[in-house]
Amino acid sequence: MKNLARANRPLLFLMVLLAAYEVTVGGKSSQVLATWAYTVAFGVLVVAGLVLILLGNEVLEKPAVVIISSIIPLALSLGLVVEFLPAWHWPYTIFVLVGFALIVFTRIQSPRRYQIPLLALVHAVAGLVIFLLPIIVVLNGTVPQAWFVLISVGAALIGLAGMLLTLLRSGRQFLSQDVIFSVLPAILLLMTAAFVAGFQVL
Amino acid sequence: MIFIRMKLKLYWKLIKSLQTGLLLATGLAGYMSARCPIFNAPQLLAVAASLFLAISGSTILNMWYDRDIDARMLRTCMRPLASGQVSSKEALTLGLILSISGVGWSLAIDPLYGLIVAAGLFLDVIVYTVWLKRKTAWSIIWGGISGGMPILAGRTLAMGGMDWVGVTLALGILFWIPTHIMTFNIRNAADYLVAGIPTFVSRYNIAVTRKIIVICSILAAMMMSVAAVGIGMQVGYLRLLAVLSSGLVILSINSLLKPSEKLNFGLFKYASLYMLSSMILMMLA
Repeated sequence: MKNLARANRPLLFLMVLLAAYEVTVGGKSSQVLATWAYTVAFGVLVVAGLVLILLGNEVLEKPAVVIISSIIPLALSLGLVVEFLPAWHWPYTIFVLVGFALIVFTRIQSPRRYQIPLLALVHAVAGLVIFLLPIIVVLNGTVPQAWFVLISVGAALIGLAGMLLTLLRSGRQFLSQDVIFSVLPAILLLMTAAFVAGFQVL
Repeated sequence: MIFIRMKLKLYWKLIKSLQTGLLLATGLAGYMSARCPIFNAPQLLAVAASLFLAISGSTILNMWYDRDIDARMLRTCMRPLASGQVSSKEALTLGLILSISGVGWSLAIDPLYGLIVAAGLFLDVIVYTVWLKRKTAWSIIWGGISGGMPILAGRTLAMGGMDWVGVTLALGILFWIPTHIMTFNIRNAADYLVAGIPTFVSRYNIAVTRKIIVICSILAAMMMSVAAVGIGMQVGYLRLLAVLSSGLVILSINSLLKPSEKLNFGLFKYASLYMLSSMILMMLA
């Protein structure tokens, strides 16, 4: 099932439109760095969605997917930290840049021993930031609207999408390739919709 | 009734609806890129109709002239003219009627606008198709210049004169055309060889063609961005244009570094989508 199922095209197209909308509003942030971080995150979703529609599921098996898919959580978490944890602004920016550079380096130079632990570490930190930070800022009243926690829902879904991609690459038969290919577009759409709805309350 | 429906169906194939639609979108985007109070609905409709006639007319004239090579290529041998479903006299008459009425209407709307539309038609049919297409691979430049005329015409009409933004938009189209055409040349290289049409793939080689595609994609993205800033596009829409442009450049570079038939065709389709999206952004923003 290398070709994209017909029913999944509209789902991905809708995801592209939602992500494109979020690029235009820049996560509704007034901070320049946060705006650009959200632009990068949703921009990757726009281009990746279009490429997936045009080229089909085959692209998901390319080695570059690991690098590209790590941009989304890193950029999103950076935007949130810049906006809601200004004291951590610089340390986290350095973590994101170094983390991303190391992911790219280990993938190109192939020191396989470090690939998985590094990827797990960077994704775990970024994922936890996206999942926990919205809940914390809603609970402490920094963001009064509870709907902001939808970003945490998006984080859970991005984690699920990441796990499915990892299963796909590992070749383990826990879930078949066909099942992963058929559910991934729906998860990506729900994830993007959750992020867009969450940012909408700002 | 059935006869008329069949004829219209054949004529629709003659005008290459997707290509005509994309060029029409560029013309409308050029017009709508100028802000109110210049924009008005009756004139917009007149621009749409006159451009549609002129672009359709030139496409039919191209297809009429190229009917012999269309018949030799597997991809095009079933086109209405090449397969004999429409006679060459009928196609020529239709092409001339549409072209003359499109240019005439354009001249009636505004002389400078009409002149640019006429120049586009002349460059496309006479210079590109009749004179250069069968002689040199570099004919693509003239095809690109003629492709940039609808957007220049639309912008010029709305602004009341030619400005640097209109020229930059036309340059954006000129540099985008090689990405669009050369990816198609690569995909159908054998067909073009059979028909004896020189392309960059046959004149140089695929590797050189891919490098040109990368350079042109970068230049097209730059021109579109500069023109968007010149139009006064809102920052949010500019960011989206930057994202879409990055996609075009990254895909073209990827196609150079890791060439594959699928990626090449993906780039061809993305380039069309990129142009349409950019035009929508120019209209909205």
